[in-house]
Amino acid sequence: MKTCLVVDDSSVIRKVARRILEGFNFNIVEAEDGEKALDACKRELPDAVLLDWNMPVMDGYEFLRNLRRMPGGDQPKVVFCTTENDVAHIARALHAGANEYIMKPFDKDIVTAKFQEIGLI
Amino acid sequence: MTPLDFEYLRKFLKDQSGLDLALDKQYLVESRLTPLARKAGLSGISDLVQKMKSGAGALSVDVVEAMTTNETFFFRDKTPFEHLRDTVIPALVQARAARRSLRIWCAAGSTGQEPYSIAMCLREYGAALAGWRTEIIATDLSNEVLEKSRAGLYSQFEVQRGLPIQLLIKYFKQVGELWQINADIRAMVQHRQLNLLQDFSHLGTFDVVFCRNVLIYFDQETKVRIFTRLAKRMESDGFLALGAAETVVGLTDVFKPHPDKRGLYRPNQVSAPPLVPGMLSARSAARA
Repeated sequence: MKTCLVVDDSSVIRKVARRILEGFNFNIVEAEDGEKALDACKRELPDAVLLDWNMPVMDGYEFLRNLRRMPGGDQPKVVFCTTENDVAHIARALHAGANEYIMKPFDKDIVTAKFQEIGLI
Repeated sequence: MTPLDFEYLRKFLKDQSGLDLALDKQYLVESRLTPLARKAGLSGISDLVQKMKSGAGALSVDVVEAMTTNETFFFRDKTPFEHLRDTVIPALVQARAARRSLRIWCAAGSTGQEPYSIAMCLREYGAALAGWRTEIIATDLSNEVLEKSRAGLYSQFEVQRGLPIQLLIKYFKQVGELWQINADIRAMVQHRQLNLLQDFSHLGTFDVVFCRNVLIYFDQETKVRIFTRLAKRMESDGFLALGAAETVVGLTDVFKPHPDKRGLYRPNQVSAPPLVPGMLSARSAARA
């Protein structure tokens, strides 16, 4: 079973994402900010990370930069999922090593399409 | 639904999902959340809002999901576009090396996602098609959807369905809250209003025809007639792409299935029965 780390400071968004991804047999781990997400990755690297940008403590961009520097941190597929919906943010995310990018609001079809795109569905 | 209910839902959806509901979208909230409220055993949206305010977490998740659902998408079903990239274009690049031109018809072009997906495929194919004349003709019964296709303007939802993010930032520009496909890609697609039941010989001859998810609306006899007329409008070594739920098998032998590419067909050379004019279009029938 593949694991997806869902990182978002909104518990509702985490639940929506959990419900969608569990439908595709993902094991879901949740984190409410980038720092907790990094801790989770140090314990065990997930197959995928669904990542909010703006969060307290450590934002998604910082998390991604840290993740990609970790041993094995180039392995997880990272899908941003954020209200930062402009080309500059998207380009910055891809440059930092994001594999896909979801602009909120999202729905099941968008998550499915993006996870198909990264080869995990 | 009271104005206060609507305001609560607008703020909730904005905070939780980023969905920015305009003030005139009450109808959308009504149409999407009333069934949800009833399913939850509630009398309507006001009850639903009360329930959400009292901390019904699962219901809040349902509300976000119901309000963020949409329909159309780029690279629909993915496989036909992989066939286009991996099988069709390579074969035609060889076969048309002398004339260096390709004609592709999207027979149900709708709001443009399919013809523009094809255009992006051709563009991504790169140097092998440099200097070629490539024509994509998008037809549809509805002038309304063709107008949208011509404009090439899509919502954030629409550009996230099937379109890889790299292609979005490469081929689209942001226009306010919408995304517009770049002018050079728009210029690759010509739009024509067309009823498939009427004569389409004026469109000329094609190397590739995408006729996906439109023949499902027709009865068997009409499908056979359309297939027959399609075959006459195709080069003998052309390719026909049908929808995932569609086939020619058991209907006609004017096309034969590609031996190992599901959904892809090649013309067979068989004589055609005559056109029956004046029949109601399938889409009109479906809308009626």
